[in-house]
Amino acid sequence: MSQVRLLGARHSPYVQRAKWALNLKGVEYEYLEQDLLKKGPVLVQCNPIYKRVPVLIHGGKFIAESFIIVEYLDETWETSPLLPRDPYQRAMARFWAKFAEEKFADVMRQVVISDGENQEKEVKNAKEALEILEGELKGNKFFGGENVGFVDIIFGSFISVCLDVMEEVGCVKVFDSQKFPSLAKWNEDFLEIPAIKETLPEREHMVRYFSRSRRFNLAMVAKKKRGKLLDV
Amino acid sequence: MEGSVILLDFWPSSYGMRVRIALAEKGITYESKEENLGEKSPLLLEMNPVHKMIPVLIHNGKPICESHNILQYIDEVWHDKSPLLPSDPYERSQARFWADYVENKIYKIGKRVWKVKGEEQEAMKNEFIECLKRLEEELGEKPYFGGETLGFVDVVLVPITSWFYTFETFGNFSIEAECPKLISWVKRCLEIESISKSLPDPLKIYGFAKQLLFGVE
Repeated sequence: MSQVRLLGARHSPYVQRAKWALNLKGVEYEYLEQDLLKKGPVLVQCNPIYKRVPVLIHGGKFIAESFIIVEYLDETWETSPLLPRDPYQRAMARFWAKFAEEKFADVMRQVVISDGENQEKEVKNAKEALEILEGELKGNKFFGGENVGFVDIIFGSFISVCLDVMEEVGCVKVFDSQKFPSLAKWNEDFLEIPAIKETLPEREHMVRYFSRSRRFNLAMVAKKKRGKLLDV
Repeated sequence: MEGSVILLDFWPSSYGMRVRIALAEKGITYESKEENLGEKSPLLLEMNPVHKMIPVLIHNGKPICESHNILQYIDEVWHDKSPLLPSDPYERSQARFWADYVENKIYKIGKRVWKVKGEEQEAMKNEFIECLKRLEEELGEKPYFGGETLGFVDVVLVPITSWFYTFETFGNFSIEAECPKLISWVKRCLEIESISKSLPDPLKIYGFAKQLLFGVE
């Protein structure tokens, strides 16, 4: 098999998804850290549309976007399947992965960069998503059933890896293990898996990244408000 | 193989149109149920309790929601006719990438470009055209995004073109003037029966849009 390379960034939960999929499938790869503030020619060449990580390079071809990379890995390497074989179960997995992305991950990103009433609204949305996901686990060990699957990887990249950092930086509390006992157990089991726990990002990088993101966005909001006042 | 196939739909929905095209391409017989989104049916609420949105495909009593999901499901179950996704994993990844691009750029901007005004609309129009031009590059000299035949990206993109007249009229711009290659692709698509039968008349869409924005005509 041709060489596999992964362009990534230390703080990124999206890159985490690709790493976990590669690890679970036992695929050896070369990791290349990218500077997202000063994007190099390699990244721009490999992902000209979005210029962001992760990007998988396999046999000289580039595959971008975390969902697409994970599905590509699943279709190329048959070990440890991440998506079910049955078309209906696959459709369900894709549905819940998208739900976890749009209703939890994207919402948490808003939680980190907002404050006041806006933040309260997003925290409420995040908790509602967790309630639905708590119900969807239905007593299974993982969303994938007995083994980790697509939904676990997508959801886990946020809740298991950077949720507590996001809560700290955003000065909020979103996850309560008393309110979400199934998700709390799921999280423990998820982080026990060797392929998962042996590649977790360093906390300090995530704190730095999310803190910078929060400062920048709150400053932009303040600037817009000032601009509006001056318009009057 | 077929079993019972029901589609919960709403006639001006570009997302619903995608599923209509896929079902027609595969020659699948189905029952279409038109939803009134102001008063959602108990069936819709039961089949899509999370989002309560159309389209929903109900196959042998089991619901599949979200149009990209439905298309992939249809392609996987009825795999012996008119494949939408290629069989090669890399080519599949590229089709999914561009389908995602269509969703995140064309559909996301399209939803708003006709509703906003002033500077905001100008900026959106420019971005919309830029993204369509990027798609023209991706199409290249191929007749369809899928190559010689319709593919996943074609089916995902073509429905929103029934809204182009609405965008152009509200936004006061011409998509054909800026993206002639793309409009040639649209015309080529409309020669295919599964597409021409699935897309409403753009003037009918315009009437619907006016009603939505301004109330009863």
